[in-house]
Amino acid sequence: MARKISMKQAINEALDQEMTRDPSVILLGEDIVGGAGGNGERDAWGGVLGVTKGLYAKHGDRLLDTPLSESAYVGAAIGAAACGMRPVAELMFIDFMGVCFDQIYNQAAKFRYMFGGKAQTPVVIRTMVGAGFRAAAQHSQMLTPLFTHIPGLKVVCPSTPYDTKGLLIQAIRDNDPVIFCEHKNLYGFEGEVPEASYTIPFGEANVVREGKDVTLVSYGLMVHRALDAAAALARDRIEAEVIDLRTLSPLDLDTVLESVAKTGRLVCVDEANPRCSIAADISAQVAQQAFAALKGPIEMVTPPHAPVPFSPALEDLYLPGAAQIVAAVKRTLEGGRH
Amino acid sequence: MAAQITPLVMPKWGLEMREGTVAGWLVEEGARLEVGTPVVDVETDKISNAVEAPDPGLLRRKVARDGERLPVKALLGVLAEADVPDADIAAYIAAYEVPAADDEGEEAAPAYAWAEVDGIRVRYARRGPEGGVPVLFLHGYGGDLGNWLFNLDALAATAPVIALDLPGHGQSDARLPGTSLAELSAFVDAFLAQIGVDRVHVVGHSLGGAIGAQLALDHPQRVASLALINAAGLGAEINADYTRGFASAASRRELKPVVEQLFADPSLASRQMVDDLLKYKRMDGVGELLDALQGALFANGRQAETPGLRLAERDVPLLVVWGAQDRVIPVAHAGHAPPRATVQVLEGAGHMAMMEQAGEVNALLKRHIGA
Repeated sequence: MARKISMKQAINEALDQEMTRDPSVILLGEDIVGGAGGNGERDAWGGVLGVTKGLYAKHGDRLLDTPLSESAYVGAAIGAAACGMRPVAELMFIDFMGVCFDQIYNQAAKFRYMFGGKAQTPVVIRTMVGAGFRAAAQHSQMLTPLFTHIPGLKVVCPSTPYDTKGLLIQAIRDNDPVIFCEHKNLYGFEGEVPEASYTIPFGEANVVREGKDVTLVSYGLMVHRALDAAAALARDRIEAEVIDLRTLSPLDLDTVLESVAKTGRLVCVDEANPRCSIAADISAQVAQQAFAALKGPIEMVTPPHAPVPFSPALEDLYLPGAAQIVAAVKRTLEGGRH
Repeated sequence: MAAQITPLVMPKWGLEMREGTVAGWLVEEGARLEVGTPVVDVETDKISNAVEAPDPGLLRRKVARDGERLPVKALLGVLAEADVPDADIAAYIAAYEVPAADDEGEEAAPAYAWAEVDGIRVRYARRGPEGGVPVLFLHGYGGDLGNWLFNLDALAATAPVIALDLPGHGQSDARLPGTSLAELSAFVDAFLAQIGVDRVHVVGHSLGGAIGAQLALDHPQRVASLALINAAGLGAEINADYTRGFASAASRRELKPVVEQLFADPSLASRQMVDDLLKYKRMDGVGELLDALQGALFANGRQAETPGLRLAERDVPLLVVWGAQDRVIPVAHAGHAPPRATVQVLEGAGHMAMMEQAGEVNALLKRHIGA
């Protein structure tokens, strides 16, 4: 386990190993090869941030460089999945998902249900999420709640290279459509990753830090902010338990409830906009199912209900940081019942 | 003067350990300590254990406070006889510096080695002096060489040590040379040939003990002595809830109660330990091979092979150690060893006796191999 690689390398390795293992795995997306059809180097680019670089050299035409036509190639991937392939479509930014919504939520998400379990749609749509990349309002959103709202879709958002590789391999082997959300500001984040293939089951949250005073629930980049906050709180002798949800659908509410039963306090940290978010969903479910365990008000730490600003100074203020999480923890500790 | 003062330092349990937390002192200042007296509890992410007195003497001063997080080799306390003046103790503490350069040296040296045996790549650790008959450590079903984290360095102070991840385990390839003890011990024989070692003192835990016993039967020229710790192969019974549970557990929630059965003190089954085991179990191929091994060797709570009962055929020196609270293999099996064996049952230890009573086990092993 000593080998450390980046999240970007973990994605590349998962795709490479699954393409090697299973000939029905194909990749589609804009510029995922780069230069195809032109006179230049065939494997020049490997996607807008180079995630798929090198795969064309090994797997050739099982990587399909598509035109700028999300609605067409996402539909093609879903159709191919319904016919027995295991396509992985790369949709550069989750912000662009709007143009292919019918294919995703009316078709892919419904096939298994409407065909009485006789159809399956093993498609993965990989997509970049999140702010902090100076990419403005149309390339920076955390739209995870749009997809958790739809029954029939699985939604994944990992926080570490280890989880990324195991969850992506699981996503490819899974027989349902999976929206696989990759935080662009974690692409360079390094961690220990085994070389061999492995899977992490969906619906299993990870307790990344144990504590008895308050539960912090998060996913993606915000897990790291929550850990920063927990380290700061520890200096004040407040022990925060940090839960990384890893998959948002299915959701491992049991792990959250077990933790809240112990701590009596819950702070949900979510990079999505606050209305109808993952944080709002978990807050509501915990309030319903564990009201008696709560010793203080549930707190949510999210960006404001506003688009992601282009101004770097404002964008930095937009994203929740450790200080806001610490403040929310102190509010629930002070506002509590005794 | 300093020779009369013995520092008690933060131990290094395994290669990954960088620091530990002082969980509580077990003796008061002024207490008389013998070699091996548990002095202070230390916790790491992976494990909790007691630090034992390295020399006899009085605990003259507790330097580390409860709850303090300290790097490896930081000064925890000071041992000396009563005639050493307090001023000398104070001067020793003031002058003590945590040796740091050593750690960088270890980082630079390769921590593990790799060998390819019969097409299977295995990881192993090799440490200690150059000369002498090496001690080979064989872990149990589902384990890895990390099971010996309290033992390898202690033994390496006097003899060369070798510990491997058995095929299908730890970081070795997720493939088996077979599921019989003959095939597994033939693999160990081939591994020793591959790394150029003729003869070893074999220390085997659980399934590793059964493999060691089979090695002594099939390849007696390899085995200078044999130490069996909570070993399989000495009787029929084995806890099927454990072996089946370990193979089938798919989540932390399912695995934790299974792993707790390994210890007399279930709180030793830490979150990190369970997470590490889950990471192993989730590697492609591991689930199938754990099922295959379980089915072949431990189906329905019965051990299929008992090479330990045939050890009377060999005159190899034999040590049998058992944790009295073993919930996986009955401690009664310790009595099945041939009459010439040295048998030691240890209180306060479960199936993982070499972890829970590390000091005792290390002392027994050193005596056994004549180090």
